[in-house]
Amino acid sequence: MAPILDINKLYKNYGATEILKDINISIEPGDFLVLVGPSGCGKSTLLNCIAGLEEITDGTLAIGGKDMTHVSPKDRDIAMVFQSYALYPTMSVAKNITFGMKVRGVDQATQEAKLNDVASLLQIEPLLNRRPSQLSGGQRQRVAMGRALVRDPKLFLFDEPLSNLDAKLRVEMRTEIKKLHQTLDASIVYVTHDQIEAMTLATKIVVLKGGIVQQIGSPAEIYNNPANLFVADFMGSPAMNLIPAQVTKHGSGTQIVISREAGETLVLNDARDLALPEDVILGLRPEDIAEAGFRAGDGVQEAACMVDMVEPAGADTYVVSELGGKQVTARLHAETSAQAGKMLNLAFDMSKVSYFAKETGERLN
Amino acid sequence: MTDLSMPQTQTRTQSATGKIALRWLLYVLLGLFALYYLMPLFVMLTTSLKSLEEIRTGSLISLPREVSFDAWKTAWSGACTGIQCEGLRPYFWNSVLIAVPAVFLSTLIGALNGYVVAQWRFKGANIIFSLMLFGCFIPFQVVLLPMARLLGMMGIAGTIPGLIFVHVIYGLGFTTLFFRNYYVTIPSELTKAARVDGAGFLRIFWSIFMPLSLPIIVVTVIWQFTQIWNDFLFGVSFSQAGTQPVTVALNNIVNSTTGVKEYNVDMAAAIIAGLPTLLVYVVAGKYFIRGLTAGSVKG
Repeated sequence: MAPILDINKLYKNYGATEILKDINISIEPGDFLVLVGPSGCGKSTLLNCIAGLEEITDGTLAIGGKDMTHVSPKDRDIAMVFQSYALYPTMSVAKNITFGMKVRGVDQATQEAKLNDVASLLQIEPLLNRRPSQLSGGQRQRVAMGRALVRDPKLFLFDEPLSNLDAKLRVEMRTEIKKLHQTLDASIVYVTHDQIEAMTLATKIVVLKGGIVQQIGSPAEIYNNPANLFVADFMGSPAMNLIPAQVTKHGSGTQIVISREAGETLVLNDARDLALPEDVILGLRPEDIAEAGFRAGDGVQEAACMVDMVEPAGADTYVVSELGGKQVTARLHAETSAQAGKMLNLAFDMSKVSYFAKETGERLN
Repeated sequence: MTDLSMPQTQTRTQSATGKIALRWLLYVLLGLFALYYLMPLFVMLTTSLKSLEEIRTGSLISLPREVSFDAWKTAWSGACTGIQCEGLRPYFWNSVLIAVPAVFLSTLIGALNGYVVAQWRFKGANIIFSLMLFGCFIPFQVVLLPMARLLGMMGIAGTIPGLIFVHVIYGLGFTTLFFRNYYVTIPSELTKAARVDGAGFLRIFWSIFMPLSLPIIVVTVIWQFTQIWNDFLFGVSFSQAGTQPVTVALNNIVNSTTGVKEYNVDMAAAIIAGLPTLLVYVVAGKYFIRGLTAGSVKG
């Protein structure tokens, strides 16, 4: 099947400023694509380009196999949900939802039927005669989604739709969006700066920084094999530990030496035969450092470390230790006996390690 | 403890009396100012209700001994403006014929301008807006001659459509400013959402922006109506016999007396000429304040 969205060599400039550089993205029908990155990375601009609200400077863009590079938003067969919801303030909820159909000249009976379908799907029937100003944030969010759903478009566009909601509601609506995606089998492009939203919702993630795509992949790929230091640091909470280390060849495997401020250097072995430069940045997720005896596997190695801080977080306890001049976080089980100021045996899962070049930040393995 | 609390309550009552005294002083002062400002109106009203005889013999601020509306009748339909003696009536209708379309057109075009400048940002939008703003500060005397040439070339010199044209043009600076500042507070996502919904430029203006605009429309209408109705300079420069607005006629009535100066007729005529703007303020005044202070539109 043709890709539902195909972006090819897209550039976007504002005057002399390059906002987006050489963007190439393609998604299949039913995909949930999340554009994620820090603020100012160009993700919303990219979404506006897909919607046709911004002219693109160079490159092509196709939706549903048809070239849409210079087509106006109304003819792109898309629907969009905005961060501020952008509900029409003087219209009732029902009118908000049917406005698009009215503009396109859909007959009254079809409008009614579609309105009722969407209203029952989103459970907003009791709200239909209210004005947007009489709704709560979560209700407005639903209405904004209803306005998009009623269009039944090829592609849904979401521009940070949850960032105006409080934390609890955000999680609820996140689940609901995911459910909607599964029941409708819709194709979605979703912009967020929240990496947890990206991980939970996406079938495919694009990490952007400074208008340049850093990595495209499934949530698991992005999480386990980050393409560079930026992606490694941006995705995941608490962030991946990034530790400066020295590499030496050791038989068929690799020996990693990490200096420590207090005590002797930490030496770890990676059984893999890797071609690495002498100086690297070693990346290891907090959950890949456990308390000795609680992690088994081929790559697991134990070493005694000084515990600098213990942070209980309910389900887990985070332990911070200094390695290679960095505060390294390990994620231990809740009932750990770790105590600040004492030595503790930690198990490092070396099979999960990512290596990054010190100068370029690119992934090496 | 009791010793300590005693002086405290005392100072509190003292400051309470002080507050009341200050309040009263404030009211008295405000009352005096109000009287001072109302004085001219009072003199105008009483004078217009007196007979000429009474004006000559009585004091300026005394109440009329005998209330008579003769002066009003004369001012409305009998007073002489130069050689004609038809009163203010025909000129009053001229003013209505000028003000109503000019207010309507300048408000409508100002709304469209403001909508474009605020919501459809294009290259040079800021420069165009600044130029329009500049138009607010041009003294009108400067444009009299070129405008007279233009009206002549267009063939509408000395006509009511000509005056409407002039007022619409010189109203646009302010009406655009009002609407632009109002529409700038409306999130641009609203326009984007409507564009995705398939609405075009005018559809978005009519269906989404116009229904939001009542407060600023009221402000603009009051402002424009006051400006146009009270205008004298354009009225006297670009009109001819038969198309003069009420302000010009008032001037002519006051200046073309023969023999005795009919102060009562002058006063009545002045009140008649000022009545419509007063009425607009009374009817829509509360929206005026609301519209000026209204800012963001919450979804």
